[in-house]
Amino acid sequence: MSLDAETVRRIAALARIRVKEEEVARLQGELNHILAWIEQLSEVETEGVEPLPGAMRMKLKMREDVVTEGDLHDAILANAPDRADNAMGSFFAVPKVVE
Amino acid sequence: MNAPTGLTLAEARAALAAKRISARELAEAHLAAIEKLNNLNAFITVTPERALADATAADARIARGEARPLEGIPLAIKDLFCTTGIRSTAASRILGTFIPPYESTVSARLWAAGAVCLGKTNLDEFAMGSSNTTSAFGNVVNPWRRRGDNRDLVPGGSSGGSAAAVAARLCLGATATDTGGSIRQPAAFTGTVGIKPTYGRCSRWGIVAFASSLDQAGPIARTVRDAAILLREMSGHDPKDSTSADVPVPDFEAAVGQGVKGLRIGVPKEYRLDGMAPEIEALWQQGIAWLKDAGATIHDISLPHTRYALPTYYIVAPAEASSNLARYDGVRYGLRVEEGGDLDDLYEATRGAGFGAEVRRRILIGTYVLSAGYYDAYYLKAQKVRALIQRDFDEAWRSVDAILTPATPSSAFAIGEKQDDPVTMYLNDVFTVPANLAGLPGISVPSGLDASGLPLGLQVLGRAFDEETVFRVAAAIEAAAGFDALPQLRAA
Repeated sequence: MSLDAETVRRIAALARIRVKEEEVARLQGELNHILAWIEQLSEVETEGVEPLPGAMRMKLKMREDVVTEGDLHDAILANAPDRADNAMGSFFAVPKVVE
Repeated sequence: MNAPTGLTLAEARAALAAKRISARELAEAHLAAIEKLNNLNAFITVTPERALADATAADARIARGEARPLEGIPLAIKDLFCTTGIRSTAASRILGTFIPPYESTVSARLWAAGAVCLGKTNLDEFAMGSSNTTSAFGNVVNPWRRRGDNRDLVPGGSSGGSAAAVAARLCLGATATDTGGSIRQPAAFTGTVGIKPTYGRCSRWGIVAFASSLDQAGPIARTVRDAAILLREMSGHDPKDSTSADVPVPDFEAAVGQGVKGLRIGVPKEYRLDGMAPEIEALWQQGIAWLKDAGATIHDISLPHTRYALPTYYIVAPAEASSNLARYDGVRYGLRVEEGGDLDDLYEATRGAGFGAEVRRRILIGTYVLSAGYYDAYYLKAQKVRALIQRDFDEAWRSVDAILTPATPSSAFAIGEKQDDPVTMYLNDVFTVPANLAGLPGISVPSGLDASGLPLGLQVLGRAFDEETVFRVAAAIEAAAGFDALPQLRAA
């Protein structure tokens, strides 16, 4: 499988990463080189093999579904690049999303 | 007595207990060394005030007879671990001036054990790299140089800053993380000891996530004993990480020096690569001979899917990374780049400017292999091959107790030497990646020098949660190797 320039643009849009038009060709080459190398996995016989999602060898623990912490408003907003403080409280600020 | 920076962690612990040195003297000596060797660029952030405050408190505890296991020991923390009130960058522009309001579990454990914080070490951006050249804060210089050659060499990666700092005697030990070899490869390149424990041994909470099913924290230190001391304090169950294992933490230090008599050591034939440097092969044979002399038995084993480990990794790790790194959106913390437009434009502009080339490549690969229509062909296929790789190891453990391999296919290289294309760089991790995919513990021990005078490491792999055997074998190699060469660039 080989990526065309349009697919590179589509992946970049899915990943929300701006790629300049003049970078597309180089990225296309790099990604295709990596994918061609990965392609060797197709020669491995995996019929009937159960996929292994992780290396964890024990069952994941469950915990009570309760609130364990809270009231951390200031800590949570401390690193905000932009915030809005008004009568309703303090918020992360973003460009207008609803006209 | 040696200069304070020339002590091992165990020696410093003894000197502190005997009051031959104070924690403050130890901290001051290391801070001075960091300043003197600033051109290694091993640190992103140095915390002298914090270090001196920690040391003063440690001296008071020692005076009261209340010393904890790491009381007064100056350590460096890879800048992938979040530290309360100290900028934590993951060596990425996108985290900007992020100052975590919380502490990673592993670093919190070290402070609770009395360790002194010297600062945060440099790394490849988001721990993606094998040369520490992808950092947004500049590359790290390896304290070692080739004989008769003044060129700067890479320290390996991603934990290049931690490895360089330990090798150059800027700290007595450092935390690191290993997703595909990021502890063991830089340890091998810098003549230090680095262990990636079993997946689940150390909590991942508060460590900037790269690939969650592979990431594990571990220490880099100058001796096997020092690594064992640090790992014990870093380990333990943490309810805040659902993959953290609720199993007892053994006294790893006690395993060091127990010897290898009667242990069965496996030598996997698939790790003998075509065109492998003769020096690497010779070192491996030397390691086999050392362990045989120490009373272990050597067994040829087969791990048939070894050659598929790297391509499997380069599907699994980017896939998980593309998901984990989705959180950097310019809204809640870190860098924001606004060029007008809507929220999507904000995301795209921020992420386009904030991620470096290697991180961007991996996010795009990950996005592609998870995208509609390709998931089965790539991601599901990789998970199946991962199962086969784990099965290979499970099979091997029926006949051996530990596995001996080279740690890396070469010694440290010069900046730019192996960067013709991304895949060439990925091949650095050919011997280390299988342990991450299978979740097994692995250690790199400095075992000799190559013809140009650079350190080479041997790797020991063990069963899940059997770091004790790994430490026993590593200590036997360390004792036999008598590795006492020193890097050219170092403090006292």
